[in-house]
Amino acid sequence: MESIVRNDLHPAFSMRGITKMFGTVLANDSVDFEVLPGEIHALLGENGSGKSTLMNVLSGIYRPDDGQIEVYGELKEFRSPGDAIDSGIGMIHQHYKLAEAMTATENIVAGMKKPPKNSGKKDDVLRTDILRYASRSPAKTQQKIIEFSSRFGIEFDPSIPAGQLSVSQKQSVEIIKVLLRGASILILDEPTAVLTPQEAKKLFSVLRKMAAQGCAIVFISHKLNEIMALCDRVTVLRKGQSIETCTVSEIDAYDLVEKMVGRKINLSINKPDPDPERRVCLDVKGLTYSDSKSVPKLDNLSFTTYYGEILGVAGLAGGGQKELCESIAGIIRPQQGDILVDNERIAGLSPRDITQKGVAMCFIPEDRLGMGLVASMGIEENILLKEYALTKGPLIRMKDATTKAEQIINELEIKTPGLKHPVRMLSGGNIQKVILGREIHLNPKLMIAAYAVRGLDIHSSYTIYNLLNEQKQKNVSVLYIGEDLDVLIDLCDRIMVLCQGKNMGIVDASSTTKEEIGQMMSGTTLEELKRGVSYV
Amino acid sequence: MIGDFFSSIGSLLSIVFSASFIASGVAFSVVMLLGTVGELITERAGHLNLGVEGMMLLGASMGYYTAVRSSNLFLALLFACIGAGFGALLYAILTVTLRVNQNVAGLALSIFGAGLANALGSKVANTTTPDNIAKVFTWKPLSLTSPSGPFLSYINKAFLSHDIYVYLAVLLAIATTVFLFKTRAGLELRLTGENTAAADASGIKVTRIKYLYIILGGMLCGIGGLYLPLVQQGSWTNNMTAGQGWLVVALVIFVRWHPVKAIAGAYVFGSLTILGFSVQLNEKLSSIPIFNQYIMSMFPYLLTIIVLIAFSSRKKAWPGPKEIGRPYFREER
Ligand SMILES: Nc1ncnc2c1ncn2[C@@H]1O[C@H](COP(=O)(O)OP(=O)(O)OP(=O)(O)O)[C@@H](O)[C@H]1O
Ligand SMILES: [Mg+2]
Repeated sequence: MESIVRNDLHPAFSMRGITKMFGTVLANDSVDFEVLPGEIHALLGENGSGKSTLMNVLSGIYRPDDGQIEVYGELKEFRSPGDAIDSGIGMIHQHYKLAEAMTATENIVAGMKKPPKNSGKKDDVLRTDILRYASRSPAKTQQKIIEFSSRFGIEFDPSIPAGQLSVSQKQSVEIIKVLLRGASILILDEPTAVLTPQEAKKLFSVLRKMAAQGCAIVFISHKLNEIMALCDRVTVLRKGQSIETCTVSEIDAYDLVEKMVGRKINLSINKPDPDPERRVCLDVKGLTYSDSKSVPKLDNLSFTTYYGEILGVAGLAGGGQKELCESIAGIIRPQQGDILVDNERIAGLSPRDITQKGVAMCFIPEDRLGMGLVASMGIEENILLKEYALTKGPLIRMKDATTKAEQIINELEIKTPGLKHPVRMLSGGNIQKVILGREIHLNPKLMIAAYAVRGLDIHSSYTIYNLLNEQKQKNVSVLYIGEDLDVLIDLCDRIMVLCQGKNMGIVDASSTTKEEIGQMMSGTTLEELKRGVSYV
Repeated sequence: MIGDFFSSIGSLLSIVFSASFIASGVAFSVVMLLGTVGELITERAGHLNLGVEGMMLLGASMGYYTAVRSSNLFLALLFACIGAGFGALLYAILTVTLRVNQNVAGLALSIFGAGLANALGSKVANTTTPDNIAKVFTWKPLSLTSPSGPFLSYINKAFLSHDIYVYLAVLLAIATTVFLFKTRAGLELRLTGENTAAADASGIKVTRIKYLYIILGGMLCGIGGLYLPLVQQGSWTNNMTAGQGWLVVALVIFVRWHPVKAIAGAYVFGSLTILGFSVQLNEKLSSIPIFNQYIMSMFPYLLTIIVLIAFSSRKKAWPGPKEIGRPYFREER
């Protein structure tokens, strides 16, 4: 850990006694937090424990009600994000802040300031160049940005509108944006929540490079294995308070979870046996779909799910998972194939009719916003939104929704000050629990859970696994689309592997291995595997 | 029957392409061109200001009043800016700082502005533009003294025989385009209107930007309005903008927030507005129902709606600055 010792007179920043209230919600309660130069420091805590709030205070977006911030030993008061940038602080937000209609270059360059003359920093020439060309020659600016990015091993096309970039490319734009502003303190708020494992690995190597150059890095994540692999130290927040800071190499994951939740919790999935009757619930036959640009997304996909069982779906990002969900829910119309529930056709029905046939879906998209909730309404009203379609008569019954809302809040331990509190104000993870709770309470025959634990803390993730298992015991057929192979193996009874919209085969979870699934994900069918052929 | 149809088309075309009609169309579009450029930069900052009519009248009355009292052109322009800029400032305080609904604030401004302007304008109702100022605008800087040949004299009459106000307005529209798309300040303005939170997090002072361009935009509307009493009519009439402020709001959409296109757009709207009068004078045309003066006054709006439909059916088309209508508060989410 040589790099940490370097320039060790002062921590890169230290926050003391930070308190922040939103109305009656105490988001940060006298938090202390300190990060050294050259260190990758994890910030860990349950959903709603105040991680994003604390970091927004550091980056000048929120004004704290109380507390002090020192940057490299100097007391600072940030009146705007610009002030924080001037002190070398850069934040990659949980929800990216990019103008989708403008190019990556424009997003990066807008708001950049000229470096002070003769400051002697090594990138000043480059920065001045970028600014000089920014207005006159987009091509030259782009060239310089590519040059700068490649130094960190980051690649993206800066001439494309930000809205057309993939999530991981958007993240790259945000990182470059921050680095070009000369940030030496880098905050990443759940950067890996929506990345594929490969993309995450690449990000880690970028972060390590920057730490080696003396950057202080704050890394927020709910994935303990990432923290264990990447970070030097970790600070745990619980209910808005800073609990403890530990050195990662001296602690194990279980202790961390205990500190985070405040008590010992059981982190195992206990898997009930599937219903032996194997009655077919969902029957998908030969589904084929190409999108509007005629890129094939689903390719003659067939499978069945059974009542009282969880069928997992594994696959690389963009392997057709989203299109599969949307076809079943009636949002898109596949060009070929048929979908049956209980031997009744649902292909071609409207989404609402499909809901009425007992199909419930919880899909957490990559941006995790705008996912079937009305942001300005409370939990109660959001539940009502789905519910009213299933009740008779023109009047709505608020009372039912109220009881249900209370029940969901209790079961899923949703942190909210009240039933009518707008869901947009909740922390990202809590918003997700509202969606899942709502779908479960429709008492469906078929429950589709796609990326249901994206961005959820560990405790809540296990709560959700248990909820899905409860559904299974109630003889619901569950289709679980996930990214974490360990979880898929522990949770599901059978696992179907998708590759470019094709079914590569369905394996039995109790006898398969991660390696087997991994090979199938990259294009080897189960039959080929059995015959001993492998292209990988 | 068919012959009638063709002959009426023929007379319509001969009106539309006559040098004198084009010339009055150009002159008539100045007010709207300046207003459009002003409203456009306001909207580029993410604020729809429906108070254009009010700001135009404020600028017109303050400027004209000053002109009559001081006989000083620069003071008149200055006070047109101050009057309209004051209206825009009120709007900015309401919508940026107090986060009042933009439509409500804009509507209030257009009513309030008109009232105040009429009260002030009435004081100079029976005067005309002072001679020394009027003389400035009899100067036609580009006019050819002896155009040779029919083509040149046509061009000369249609496009080159205008006062300095017209050409400055055109130059301004071009300069604004360069500013918007070729300078860093323009980039910061566009980012603010496209995603205020992103601009804020990028270190751009978004509140300052919003105030600046709302007020500048208002001033341009005021200078546009001043053209009416000072040059075009040479005297004050109450409510003399007669709805041009509302046309501007449509024009900004019509030209898709692009200042250079506003030059052509303002001409189209301007000539459509006066076409009604010209057609009235033509017996053959005025008997056809759709050439009714009142029906024709709705053509500009019809055109805007057609443009809107054309663009909304194109999936990838840019729908305009995204932040329009959304109040921004940094700690909100
Ligand atoms: N802008 C805001 N307005 C109102 N309440 C807010 C705001 N930001 C945060 N909160 C509240 O403060 C608490 C902490 O939220 P925060 O987003 O910091 O949690 P988090 O630790 O980042 O959670 P997650 O892991 O889900 O992202 C939550 O209860 C949330 O509802
Ligand atoms: Mg967060």
